[in-house]
Amino acid sequence: MTTPFSSILLGLAQEFGRRTLSFLIELSRVTQLMRRVFVEIDGVVKDRGLFIKECVTLGVNSLPLVLLVGIFTGAVTGWQSHYQLEGYMPFDLIGPGVWKSLMLELGPALTGLVIAGRVSASIAAEIGTMKVTEQVDALESMAISSVRYLAVPRIAAMTVMMPILVIQSVTIGVLGAAFVLTALMGMTSHQFWGLIPNFFHLYDIFAGLLKSVFFGLSASIIGCYIGFRTEGGAEGVGAATITAFVWSCITILVLDFLLAMILF
Amino acid sequence: MIEIRSLYKSFRDKQVLRGVDLTIENGESITIIGQSGCGKSVLLKHLVGLLQPESGAVIVDGRNITTAKRKELYDIRKRFGVLFQGAALFDSMTVEENVSLALRTHTNQETEKIAQRVEECLTLVSMNGTQKLKPAELSGGMKKRVGLARAIAMQPSYILYDEPTTGLDPITADSINDLIIHLNHELNVTTVVVTHDMVSAYKISNRIVMLHKGQIIFSGTPEETQHTTIDIVHRFVTGQADEQPYVITRY
Repeated sequence: MTTPFSSILLGLAQEFGRRTLSFLIELSRVTQLMRRVFVEIDGVVKDRGLFIKECVTLGVNSLPLVLLVGIFTGAVTGWQSHYQLEGYMPFDLIGPGVWKSLMLELGPALTGLVIAGRVSASIAAEIGTMKVTEQVDALESMAISSVRYLAVPRIAAMTVMMPILVIQSVTIGVLGAAFVLTALMGMTSHQFWGLIPNFFHLYDIFAGLLKSVFFGLSASIIGCYIGFRTEGGAEGVGAATITAFVWSCITILVLDFLLAMILF
Repeated sequence: MIEIRSLYKSFRDKQVLRGVDLTIENGESITIIGQSGCGKSVLLKHLVGLLQPESGAVIVDGRNITTAKRKELYDIRKRFGVLFQGAALFDSMTVEENVSLALRTHTNQETEKIAQRVEECLTLVSMNGTQKLKPAELSGGMKKRVGLARAIAMQPSYILYDEPTTGLDPITADSINDLIIHLNHELNVTTVVVTHDMVSAYKISNRIVMLHKGQIIFSGTPEETQHTTIDIVHRFVTGQADEQPYVITRY
């Protein structure tokens, strides 16, 4: 005999199973898309005009937002480090601390999240609109691979542009922290910059940039995948935009943790 | 020649095609009619491999496209030109870029030659001079003409039209019909049209087939279609609804 409690448990188990299965199916389809992107990656060279256009649209045009996020992140990190370390540690360590925080974590992760909002969602909206208005079918009917034409340039552009954006974000962030601490908190320039060379390791730059490559790759692949599976007119495009943003953010946060475990 | 053999296709729980059998001879101008949502566009998309059937085969010039590898499928697709229902022009490109896209991708022709071919195609559809316009600046009829110019740019053997006159006023629709006939004669292509516009179907086809409940239930010349005694076909072509009792609810 089934009690109401056991039927609720059964329902929950069924729902959990259904969602897990659906997630695994989606994951396998994303993997298939990635495989096709890698198979057709020579499109970057053959259609370099498209690649350069996407570098400008997705990368260069994201620069103002990335720089804004970078400078404020640096400024806040500097300010709060000063507040937290006051009386416990010498101020000379704030500069290296800010530099390391920005290069290893805040720069790649926050730039990744900003890109997830701006780029992944816009890729999903653009390809999604093309899908629901049959423009993707039109490309395929002309014997033009939609993956090669739409996904490859966007994914390659984001993978290349993301580390460049992160370098700029970290640079402006450190300058922002230096400005706040020297102009507003009374630290000397020597106090801020003095110990940074001692704590400067090339591996930190490598690790931060490797993270950013993965973030750019994952945000753009998710945007493309969700764009390609969009259905149902304007409502579907709206839903695709939100889904791309949410999944890109989740993927970046999970990848950030996994990469931290592997790299450090 | 295109042969469709026992084609089955469903979307989730809805069975759309239930064993479609149809042969389209070279040079034919065939129209597939049927009620909205009966699967006409789905059938059309199978002809170029845009949809994959659950079972059955689509054989184009002796090659089964349902089992073809991607490269072979793309080779076969180069023989097709498709005019989509909403024209499906690429918003971000000008008319010239839309029409020349396949030429730029698949041929090594020089820019001047491509521009010349674009002009030829646009002239054929009476749209020469619009090269620099964006799709957003065109009317519905103009978009269809440009879509048609794009479809013929690679000199296809088959041209597929998905609802070419839907959403157009009667005069513009008639001009599209004339254009289809003109292109059929001028380019000597096989034409497959999907429509529920019977004026258009009678005018442009030399054979009409009807798709009903996922199967081809009728095939004949326009004249045979007009005089058919098959009830469902007769009611469709004369625009008579099912005789169903309607319940009027008072609120």
